[in-house]
Amino acid sequence: MIIGQDIGLSHYLVVAAILFTIGVFGIFINRKNVIIILMSIELILLAVNINFVAFSTHMGDIGGQVFAMFILTVAAAEAAIGLAILVVYFRNRGNIAVEDIDLMKG
Amino acid sequence: MGQETMGLSLLTGEIVLALSAVLLLLVGAFGGGRGVSIVRYASIAALVIFAFAGFIINGQGEAFKGAFITDDFSHYVKALIGLTAAASLWFSRDWFKSEKLDQFEYSVLMLFAVLGMGVMVSAGNLLSMYVGMEMQALSLYVMAAFNRDSLRASEAGLKYFVLGALSSGLLLYGMSLIYGFTGSLSFSEISAVIGGEEHISAGIVAGLVFMLAGLAFKISAAPFHMWTPDVYEGAPTPVTGFFAGAPKLAALALITRLMTGPFAQAQHSWQQVIIVLAVMSMLIGAFGALTQTNIKRLLAYSSIANMGYALVALASVGAATGGAAGVSGMLIFMSIYLVAIVGTFAAILQMRTREGAVEGIADLGGLSKSNLPLSLILTTLMFSLAGIPFFMGFFGKWFAFAPAFNSGLTWLVVIALLSSVIGAFYYLRVIKVIWFDDQAQEFVKAPRALAVLSAFSATLIFPVLLLPFVTAPTRALIEAAANSLF
Repeated sequence: MIIGQDIGLSHYLVVAAILFTIGVFGIFINRKNVIIILMSIELILLAVNINFVAFSTHMGDIGGQVFAMFILTVAAAEAAIGLAILVVYFRNRGNIAVEDIDLMKG
Repeated sequence: MGQETMGLSLLTGEIVLALSAVLLLLVGAFGGGRGVSIVRYASIAALVIFAFAGFIINGQGEAFKGAFITDDFSHYVKALIGLTAAASLWFSRDWFKSEKLDQFEYSVLMLFAVLGMGVMVSAGNLLSMYVGMEMQALSLYVMAAFNRDSLRASEAGLKYFVLGALSSGLLLYGMSLIYGFTGSLSFSEISAVIGGEEHISAGIVAGLVFMLAGLAFKISAAPFHMWTPDVYEGAPTPVTGFFAGAPKLAALALITRLMTGPFAQAQHSWQQVIIVLAVMSMLIGAFGALTQTNIKRLLAYSSIANMGYALVALASVGAATGGAAGVSGMLIFMSIYLVAIVGTFAAILQMRTREGAVEGIADLGGLSKSNLPLSLILTTLMFSLAGIPFFMGFFGKWFAFAPAFNSGLTWLVVIALLSSVIGAFYYLRVIKVIWFDDQAQEFVKAPRALAVLSAFSATLIFPVLLLPFVTAPTRALIEAAANSLF
């Protein structure tokens, strides 16, 4: 039954929702490496892009695809700044293990 | 005047900021040794122009097909943001000089951050709102990690970046749902679609909740506050002073615009979320601060609690009788809070011994014996933040809670008052340390800019002197701002 079905809006939304959830869990469950957190952030943004493009084509409204372009651009800037801060942190700390980012707490 | 030129004149303040940021980047890069102070003073001038541009041009309307809205609300909020940012740029000078961190990039980043805030406050559709927020957030991440050689500052920057990026992700996911279920990015069309539905669909409610979660990160409302204490402690003190003021107001103004614009008809859905955020922020802010020993961490929890109080005022906007009173309550509260927070950080920046800057509450011990003016200023500011009657902070809380009480949210006001009482304890503890503890150490003579700024803010907060002169015209501006949203 599933095999014969056309791929519709809901399929895209489900994929996006799954990717989004994986991304959020990737940030909170991951205890190893900050790079994985950066990858999870990209995953979240791309999940949102899938949502926007799916809605956009479904409704025949171009706005969502324009929005997706802006998200891609901002994601690139965000990754650049994130990696720059990570490099600065690595120079001061000597490693980027998540469990070592605990200088301040309370 | 043609349609397009009229549209552009609405953006005067933002255009001034954008052009001066780009120009000053060049001046800083090629200006050599004197470039740093030229860029700083030119940036302060640009921020002040930005603050008053809205009132001087007094444009009311929309630009870029409704993507950018200017009204009395945006004028007032931008004036506050611009002046707060100019003050925090001014008080950053001496600190950065003594830490040998005096670089022109800081001023340019500040301009870009405020430009982003200007776009946020005037946002008229989801796209301009997102671009404004990211412009502000990306500048703030860099500012948090501005002290590159400090492990604390880079850790603060990293934490702020990760949680900030997560919050943008939540916000975007909410936006995509709103777009999908209403079919439009524009605030006015979203409002029309939601108003036309009998039952608000689950997709819109989910999108609304995701967007509010993302925005709650930005104003550090609990339960999305985890980054605040660490970032406040780790970031350089002038940066913390900036974080505590302008960005909070910009995000609150954006929430207000969303709740009175596109989601005005979905008030039952968002009012509950705002109430939950307010209650949790007030309680976590009050109890979390009790055990702190670092004054910046203390102020982090204080700002969490204060965002809770501002949200109490916003919660009443959703009630039938609230409306404009709630918005003006929020604006009055935030205006007084911003004046107090600028003065408090100008005072904290004066905590410097011969060995360097200190930030423990115990370091203030016996300050009244060694530096009476600073102790009086800090005492006034702490009394005001605690909401002791007849300091301005008391009136701020009064106007924030009154509309909530009038619209039937009595129990919310009771919780707010209880957490104010708990909060008063830790503000009074600072005052007790200043006046009654043994002298810890002597501070070096404070730079003039910091002394002037903290004294000025303490005078504004001390109501007996200035109540009729300042409040009457400001009240008129705030009323006009609040009414322009309805």
